[in-house]
Amino acid sequence: MQMTSPVREPLVLRQIHDKNRKTTMHDVTNDICRQVEAAPNMRWMMALGISLIVLAYGSYTLYRTWFFGIGEWGLNKTVGWAWDITNFVWWVGIGHAGTLISAVLLLFRQKWRASINRSAEAMTIFAVLCAGSFILMHMGRPWLAHWALPLPNTYGSLWVNFNSPLVWDVFAISTYLTVSAVFWYVGLIPDLATIRERATNPISKFVYGLLSFGWDGSTRTWARYEMVALVLAGLSTPLVLSVHTIVSFDFATSVIPGWHTTIFPPYFVAGAIFSGFAMVLTLMLITRYVFKLEPYITLNHIESMNKIILVTGSIVGIAYITEFFIAWYSGVPYEQYAFINRMFGPYWWAYWSMMSCNVISPQFFWFKAMRRNIYATFALSIVVNIGMWFERFVIIVTSLHRDYLPSSWVMFWPTYVDVGDYLFSFGFFFTCFFLFAKFLPVINMAEVKTILASSDEDASVHYAEEEEHAKEKAH
Amino acid sequence: MGAHKTISLADEKMQYEFTAKLKSRLMMTLGIGVVMLILGIILLSLGFGETHHAAEHGKEAAKHSAEHGHHEYYWFKRVIANLWLNATFFNGIALIGVFFLAFNYVAHAGWSVIIKRVPETFGYFLPISMGSIIALFLLQIAMGDNYTLFHWTHAGITDPSSKNYDAIIAGKSGFLNVPFFFARMVIFFALWYGLFRRLRSFSLQEEEIKDFKAYLKNPVIYNKAVYTSAIFLVVFAVSESVISWDWLMSIDVHWFSTMYGWQNFASWFVSGLATITLTVILLKEQGYLKSVTKHHLHDLGKFMFAFSVFWSYVTFCQFLLIYYAHIPEETTYFNARLNLWDGYYKFLFFFNFFINFAFPLLVLMAKEAKRTTVILKVVAGAILMGHYLDFYLMIMPGTLGDNSGFGFVEIGCILIFASLFIYTIASNLAKAPMIAKNHPFIKESQNFNQFN
Repeated sequence: MQMTSPVREPLVLRQIHDKNRKTTMHDVTNDICRQVEAAPNMRWMMALGISLIVLAYGSYTLYRTWFFGIGEWGLNKTVGWAWDITNFVWWVGIGHAGTLISAVLLLFRQKWRASINRSAEAMTIFAVLCAGSFILMHMGRPWLAHWALPLPNTYGSLWVNFNSPLVWDVFAISTYLTVSAVFWYVGLIPDLATIRERATNPISKFVYGLLSFGWDGSTRTWARYEMVALVLAGLSTPLVLSVHTIVSFDFATSVIPGWHTTIFPPYFVAGAIFSGFAMVLTLMLITRYVFKLEPYITLNHIESMNKIILVTGSIVGIAYITEFFIAWYSGVPYEQYAFINRMFGPYWWAYWSMMSCNVISPQFFWFKAMRRNIYATFALSIVVNIGMWFERFVIIVTSLHRDYLPSSWVMFWPTYVDVGDYLFSFGFFFTCFFLFAKFLPVINMAEVKTILASSDEDASVHYAEEEEHAKEKAH
Repeated sequence: MGAHKTISLADEKMQYEFTAKLKSRLMMTLGIGVVMLILGIILLSLGFGETHHAAEHGKEAAKHSAEHGHHEYYWFKRVIANLWLNATFFNGIALIGVFFLAFNYVAHAGWSVIIKRVPETFGYFLPISMGSIIALFLLQIAMGDNYTLFHWTHAGITDPSSKNYDAIIAGKSGFLNVPFFFARMVIFFALWYGLFRRLRSFSLQEEEIKDFKAYLKNPVIYNKAVYTSAIFLVVFAVSESVISWDWLMSIDVHWFSTMYGWQNFASWFVSGLATITLTVILLKEQGYLKSVTKHHLHDLGKFMFAFSVFWSYVTFCQFLLIYYAHIPEETTYFNARLNLWDGYYKFLFFFNFFINFAFPLLVLMAKEAKRTTVILKVVAGAILMGHYLDFYLMIMPGTLGDNSGFGFVEIGCILIFASLFIYTIASNLAKAPMIAKNHPFIKESQNFNQFN
């Protein structure tokens, strides 16, 4: 039988209102279905309303982008790629945590993932969609987006350039989005069936019934479900690495100083996990509070995620220092200048924002008190994502704005359309997330039920007794 | 699958016996290694093993024959390169033992507790490997320019008035200079070994606990070990990159790659995991570690699988980015491994990807493979061979060019270091019980099951 050391904290805590009572399977169902079954409340409507207003404003600037072209942005002859690609990389990075939690932590048999995987995966899918929107935005002619795909066509010699990392990006991200969406949806099916069974109104019964694909809960169905989860986990694990690796190739395969460096692939992946976990924390801390999910998303979960932020943040820090050191060590004056210019050039404020947000701020998580402090965690989770945005901005803009020809040195400043398009993605992201939080269970009920047993506090007593027996036998 | 019976700790053979038979075998292997090394040196100094290259390469023959007057130059450099290869490779394995211990502590890992004592002994090899590295470095400096693996130590290389002056190397001299290089080695060694001994002493202190039940309420020693492990991980993260630049990347001194440190970490880590797996299986076959089940082996197999893929990932990314950008300063490294000397290293370069990527990937893919001892032994052996080759490819082209080879010197050096390593492991395994019985997660590890 499975053993859990009493040194470990339980994964599911007792009920909030009745500390004497252990959380049962029925509590899990009730607590998590509550907000799905209740009528939408005022707070939720307001939150959704604000997201929709932001989305509407963003849609206006997006209309301008597409109608008048990307000349509406602050780009110029030297800096031909700035705010749009920064946002793209930022969103793709955020979209890494979900699959890491659901796939990698599943393979590692990390049971604490059970209560956070659902919303992390949902967040991943929305973030990847936001990232994709920037690709469409900066195509200029979005109605020709299918030209990025190697489709058999009648356009003569028109064909994608397989040597281009931008094409690899199309493949990597669409694969990632597909697998993540399937993984997320397959995980939802048993819970949708639970909601179907509980539904009192015929419309919900019909809709959730349709969505649950006639799930019957038989042993055979469960066995298949678990097998599919494992296979998908195996498929998505290399995807977690490949997506951001290929995003980093967009830059690293070039010969631009500051872009062309071999450490980019693993360091981009670490940075992506770093920012993804920060976004998961931002959203989970709010969800946990609003839906009263403290017994499921515990301080222990928050602490574990903070540890991942500390590790990945420090890896990113080491990568920054490595790049800087090797730029000096290489003896290549262009490389050396690119890094000096980042630190002390006209964009020094972006560089130092990046350093303080990404490298210094996570170091607070060396202290247990900070890792378990909800307010500090919430603040730092936002700081980290600000830092990760600046990281992409620094890499992209500071490397471009002073190129090999000093007469073409310029600055890049965003226009309101740049900012508006960024707001579009925020509006879209939060609209999707609030809809998800209302209509779907934010925690995987089926999986949380399987870990209730390992959260049994009586296990410690049992554990100690067993030890006594072993000692007696030894004598 | 299914339930398996947990073996009580009372039924375990706790005391490892370092048998006289094993001892004498190891001494014999060491002796054979030394004899082969000496034989190799004699053959090389008589001119075997290098002349054929000179004959083959018509154009270069003239250049070579001028140098062939000094056979000792070749044999000495080849011996140093081989000793350096083995010392750095085995130092990595020893260090990975401590790293394995440390990250398992920090991650609160339960499954690995039962095999903990195995990597715990690896750190004892650090004084031998680091001693060899320090001695080899000093020897090279003492012998002078013709004998050193490191071009940047040559006389006058940073002096603009000297004919040896090299502006690029001079630009690096703030980092690559003998005193600083030496100081880094000594400081890192002191930190690694000091932290390792501290971790080991906590582990041994835990053995003394009388009241396990009370200890579980407040596992002070365990908490201290977690704390020390976190410090070790920080030290390791920084030092591992730096020593990779120092010991290996600075051989090809004009060349640079930011990935190098992490790629080298991956190589060491996989080799360390393979060594842990092999040791655990061999001990189990001798009747120790009965509590180690297929479930534990499965995890070790997953680790070897995952980090073989990780090694391939970083190695391939490094290659691809340099290949794609095609900047001459950077492609020189791969040019030496693919094209120079009539493609002398070409086969090895591709074979490296086969043995370290394709082979473990395909063989360990299936679940049952990771749970079968024979397969694990074969793969672990292949990985150790493969990563020796990876180190060979990092060191030889930049030092010996097409005068490297695989003969008595190479085999002799491997035998010497391997027998010393096994001797160190075995003698230290005998110094503590085979299982850390008072570790807070020991019960979890004994009952570890992949499937629930």
